[in-house]
Order: sequence, then C-alpha cells, then structure tokens
Amino acid sequence: MIPDLRVRLGEWELDNPVMTAAGCAGSGRELARFFDISRIGAVVTKSVTVEPRAGMPAPRIAETPSGVLSAVGLQGPGIDVFLQRDLPWLLSRGARAVVSVAGSSVDEYVLLARRLSEAPGVTMIEVNLSSPDLARGGRHFAEDTAAAARVVAAVRETARADIPVFAKLPPDVADLVELAGECVAAGADGLAMINTVRGMAIDVDTRRPAVAGGMGGLSGPAIRPIAVACVYRVHAAFPEVPLIGMGGVRTGADAMEFLMAGASAVAVGSALFHDPSACLRVLRELEQELLDRGVERVDSLIGAAHRTAGAPGTAVG
Amino acid sequence: MRPVQMSSPVLTVRQVDAYHAITVVAPGIAERFRSGQFIAVAVGGEHSSMLTRRMFAIHEVKPDYGGTVEFLFTVRGRGTAWLAERRSRDLLDVIGPLGRPFPLPRDPVNCVLVGGGSGSAPLFPLAHALRRRGCRVDFVLGGATASRVFSAITARRIAETATVTTDDGSLGTKGRVTDVLPRVIDEACSDVVYACGPMPMLREATAVAMRYGIPIQVSVEETMACGTGICMSCVIPVVGEDGITRMARACVDGPVFRGERVRYDDVGTVPFDALGAPGWKARGGGEDRTREAG
Ligand SMILES: Cc1cc2nc3c(=O)[nH]c(=O)nc-3n(C[C@H](O)[C@H](O)[C@H](O)COP(=O)(O)OP(=O)(O)OC[C@H]3O[C@@H](n4cnc5c(N)ncnc54)[C@H](O)[C@@H]3O)c2cc1C
Ligand SMILES: Cc1cc2nc3c(=O)[nH]c(=O)nc-3n(C[C@H](O)[C@H](O)[C@H](O)COP(=O)(O)O)c2cc1C
Ligand code: FES
Repeated sequence: MIPDLRVRLGEWELDNPVMTAAGCAGSGRELARFFDISRIGAVVTKSVTVEPRAGMPAPRIAETPSGVLSAVGLQGPGIDVFLQRDLPWLLSRGARAVVSVAGSSVDEYVLLARRLSEAPGVTMIEVNLSSPDLARGGRHFAEDTAAAARVVAAVRETARADIPVFAKLPPDVADLVELAGECVAAGADGLAMINTVRGMAIDVDTRRPAVAGGMGGLSGPAIRPIAVACVYRVHAAFPEVPLIGMGGVRTGADAMEFLMAGASAVAVGSALFHDPSACLRVLRELEQELLDRGVERVDSLIGAAHRTAGAPGTAVG
Repeated sequence: MRPVQMSSPVLTVRQVDAYHAITVVAPGIAERFRSGQFIAVAVGGEHSSMLTRRMFAIHEVKPDYGGTVEFLFTVRGRGTAWLAERRSRDLLDVIGPLGRPFPLPRDPVNCVLVGGGSGSAPLFPLAHALRRRGCRVDFVLGGATASRVFSAITARRIAETATVTTDDGSLGTKGRVTDVLPRVIDEACSDVVYACGPMPMLREATAVAMRYGIPIQVSVEETMACGTGICMSCVIPVVGEDGITRMARACVDGPVFRGERVRYDDVGTVPFDALGAPGWKARGGGEDRTREAG
C-alpha cells in the first residue's frame, strides 16, 4: 500500500507536505539541476523585495555545530525581475510557487502583494516579518505585534482572495503565541515557522564576529527542538490554523516530528546546502517511515503528539 | 553541463609534501569535467554536524574505473582533518563538476599559469588542455615554503618552463609569484595569463597583466558553504559587461572571472554603486535590472 501524502493547508491542497524554505533554494534553477522541483509540495522563493538588493558584505555564513549562522541581507533582483524571469521559469517547470515577500514599510508589502496578485500562477504569499521596519529604526516588524499585524492585514486586503497569505514568524519574540494570534486575527490564512534564531559566533583569531553583519540567524538541526516547541505551542493555542513547520529538517523522521507537533507541511532549508536533493530525499524517507509504521495517510499524523495520552501542556519545564 | 551528486568510493589517499591527495571513483564527474571546475565534498559522515560542504579544485581526471577524480588539500580545520583520515574504499559524498571553467583560447598562443599554494591545483588539467591545443605553457608556482609548492616537478614535465618562488627562499626565488611574473611574460612572450590563489595574489597578477595589455583569467577561492548557488554566501563585487557591479556568486558565476572585472579592493564589502546597494540608483543604473548577479 502506498501511503497517501496529500495534505491540506486550509483551502489549499498539496500533493505532499515537503517544500523548500525561503531563501534556501536560490531561484529554483540551481536545485532543478539535482531533482525535479515539480515533485515536491511547493518551492518557496527567497524573500522578494521591491527594489533589487545587494545584501550584506561577506563573510555571510559561518558553520556552527549542527548549524549555519547566516546574514545574507535578502540579496535579490527585486520584484520586476522576479516576475519577468524567475516566476515564469518556476511555473514552466510545473513547480508550485510560494512567493515570500519582505518590505521595509507597510506600503512596500502592499505593493508586492498587488504585483503578485496581478501575476498568474502564484500559489501562496508568505509574508516574511523578520524584515527591518525603516519607520521604526530598523526593528523587525515581528518584534512589534501591532506592526506585524498591520503588515499582515494590509497584504491580506491587497492580495487576490484566492491566494492564501501565510505569515512567517521568528522564534525570538516576546510572546510567540500572542504574535501568532494577532497575525491570524489580522487575516493570515496560516503561519510558517520558524525563521532563524538570532545568534553570534566570534572568530577567536581575528576577534571579530564570524559574519560581517555581527549578529546572524542560526538555522539547521541545532535549532530543531526550538522550532518543534514553537510549532507545538502555536498548534495547541490555534489548532484550526494551518502551519508550515521548519527549522533543522534533514530527514523524513525530522519532518514527522513537525507534523506530529502540529504542522500540516514541512519546509527544508539549510539542509539543502549540505544535500541539494534533500527535499526529495526527505519526502522518500517520510513515505518509508509511514510504510514502516503502517500509517495510511500522512495527514493523520498532523498534531498527533497533542492527542497521545498524557500529552504535555505548553508550559516551560 | 549539469553537475551530479554521487557517493564516490575513495580509490587512493596519498601524501605529497604538505598536501594530501585523494582520488575518488566518480565517472559522472570525470566525464563532465572541464579545467577550472571544482567539487563540493560533504565531510563528517552521514550524521555530520558539519553542514557546509568543502570545495576543492579538480586536480586530475583519469579514465580508470569509468572515471576518477583527484583533489589535493592541506589540513586547515575540522573538515579537512576528517578528510585526511579517509582510507581507500571509504565513501565520499561529492558534487561536481561545479563552476565556470577556464575559457580556452582558440589559437595556439603562449600561456603563463600562475598558482599560489593550493591554488596551483586547477592549473594542471588546464596546462594539459592548453598543450592539446598547441599552446605554449609556462608555470609560475609559489608557496610559503618549499613543501607548500605544489607539484613543481610535474609542472616542469608538462610546461616549457616552471619558475618557483617561496616566501622563505627555501625553494626557487625568494619572494612572491608576482615578483617574477613580468620576467616570465617577457621571456615567454606570453599572450594570456591564468591565475589561481589568494585574492591579494590575484590582484597583483591582474595588475601585471594589465601593464602588459594581455588578458588574464583568475580563479578565486572565496569562502563557500554550498557550492551550488543557493546559499548566497560566496559573493564578490564583479563588474559586468554593461559596466554595472554585481555581487556575483563565486560558486556559479565563477570561480573563474576575467581578472580586470573583479573589484579586488572592494572584496569583503558591498560597493556603494553595486546593483541593489544604496548608491546604485544614483548612478543611473535603474534601467537594466534583468541581469542581476544573485
Ligand atoms: C573553488 C575553491 C577551490 C578550492 N580548492 C582547494 C584545493 O584544491 N586545495 C585546498 O587545499 N583547498 C582548496 N580550497 C579551500 C578549501 O575549500 C578549504 O581549505 C576548506 O574548505 C577548509 O575546510 P576545513 O573544514 O578544514 O576548515 P574550516 O575553517 O573548519 O571550514 C569552515 C567553513 O569555511 C569554509 N572555508 C574555510 N576556508 C576556506 C577557504 N580557504 N576557501 C573556501 N572555503 C573555506 C569551509 O568550506 C567551511 O564551510 C578551495 C576553495 C574554493 C572555494
Ligand atoms: C542563507 C539563508 C537565507 C534565508 N533567507 C530567508 C528569506 O529570504 N526569507 C525568509 O523568510 N527566511 C529566510 N531564511 C530562513 C529559512 O527560510 C528558515 O526559516 C530557517 O533557515 C530555518 O530552517 P532550516 O533550519 O531548515 O534552515 C533563510 C535562511 C538561511 C540559512
Ligand atoms: S557557496 Fe553557496 S551560493 Fe556560492
């Protein structure tokens, strides 16, 4: 028996629950050299900005134990080139395109949502809230629940009704469950979590931060328990809200962890740096895990850890 | 041609002076290889805590066992220390061939190949390719000390001349490769320069080539994490044909660039006028956005 891998994210059905994480799949072309990108649930683009961006100076990445510390600074071509070149290419390959957007003001997010709604073929908009808000001295939108909610509401109002809008949340905020709730109240159709964890590494020879930005974002298996906890807590608070889980997924078993914590789909990010075919491998391994366990439908696993007898509450400790 | 990812058995591990040489059986990589390309090797085994790949220039390909690939390296950190312990029949997860190869001249011209330290590795298959086209090849190889100079003996065998420099004078001329480069260009009547090594050496070599008005192709060894173009970590400022500076990925847009296109003095920064940097619009570059680097 072949397990049924289809999952629903609200109104939207996916052939399978594995996707790429924003900013870890290039334009799609780079990965397509290693596997057929139409075979995974969706390709999530790097966060698209209004104008082209050159990003941060090098060094941008440092390896840490089971992790990657990065500060890329959203280098990208801007929305015009994205729509003209990258999106049509993804669609021509039969990929489902989830477009991540990042702005430095509410107006920029609105502009991005409008342009994406005019373009055919956008499967979903993912709103990256870990982008500096210029009006507030460069604090991330996500650090201020009200600012984050304003962005989400504005994108939801602007975007075509048939395009789901998901809010992407970072873990290191004062109250993640509150932020999640406000984003949903502002109209988010679902949530993607987690973005990278703030971190730092210092080169002891040069006495300088290992990435030029000073602080970086930590990703990879090192953050997986943090990410699973975030998904678990948010699913416990809002069981009806579809979640895309990510943070250190490297194997099919890792993906299962996120599903059981409450995610309906799972994204693979920095594991792709190590293994460019990781998405397809995770999918195959997940299928095998289901077979080994006699699980017929992958969606029966979603939130399973909450339903086992004696499932823990979400209090710390 | 598109790169392949494979689990490659180690055929031999050798130590040559300060270098380790590993040969793996990798037919798909060997058959696609063009000189200047590199491989990205996963280190630490299947459940490794080292998530980024290690890049090595392909030093030699051979037809044995369907196709083998050899790379040379020095132990620098944990990844190369792990590699130095591999033994024959171990499996290595290898991706390749990656990156833009050295462009080859159409005519049988005189070429001087300049390598610093491990940067000499990709010049050997290049030398063979150039010789097959009837080009004259001269080598200039350098290193900190004698044991760090790569395959000087092989270089003498394939090239017309091989000039060696060391920082400490333990082999050849005391000094840097770029100190002797003008003399070699004069004597060999070189038409083209190929260089691979650390950034300051490439900058100097480019300055020399420009003084002689001859083209130079450089191969950079920027810090890389994926090698496949997806992590955006390996960027350097490079001037495009349209005069616009872009933050180019060394792994897919390079590692080989035209020497005069690399903004050496701005490596490690984002120049103010680079595409997408704060100053680029002021420069009037707002029209052509279709060819960004990343
Ligand atoms: C295109 C290319 C070709 C190369 N060819 C050779 C070669 O033929 N022989 C050789 O000895 N070395 C070569 N290098 C350098 C080699 O990749 C590094 O020495 C090696 O990655 C160090 O790994 P480590 O784990 O020992 O060091 P660590 O310092 O522990 O590495 C940590 C991280 O930094 C990266 N890194 C560290 N130093 C370098 C460096 N100099 N260049 C690029 N990435 C680095 C590693 O890939 C890894 O992601 C090449 C580099 C590039 C980019
Ligand atoms: C190099 C790099 C670039 C990233 N770029 C983006 C981005 O553009 N937008 C975004 O929302 N998240 C971005 N992320 C975060 C990832 O999408 C993901 O949330 C995070 O890395 C955790 O997943 P992982 O551990 O599987 O990598 C980036 C992460 C890395 C490592
Ligand atoms: S090393 Fe990852 S993009 Fe070049």
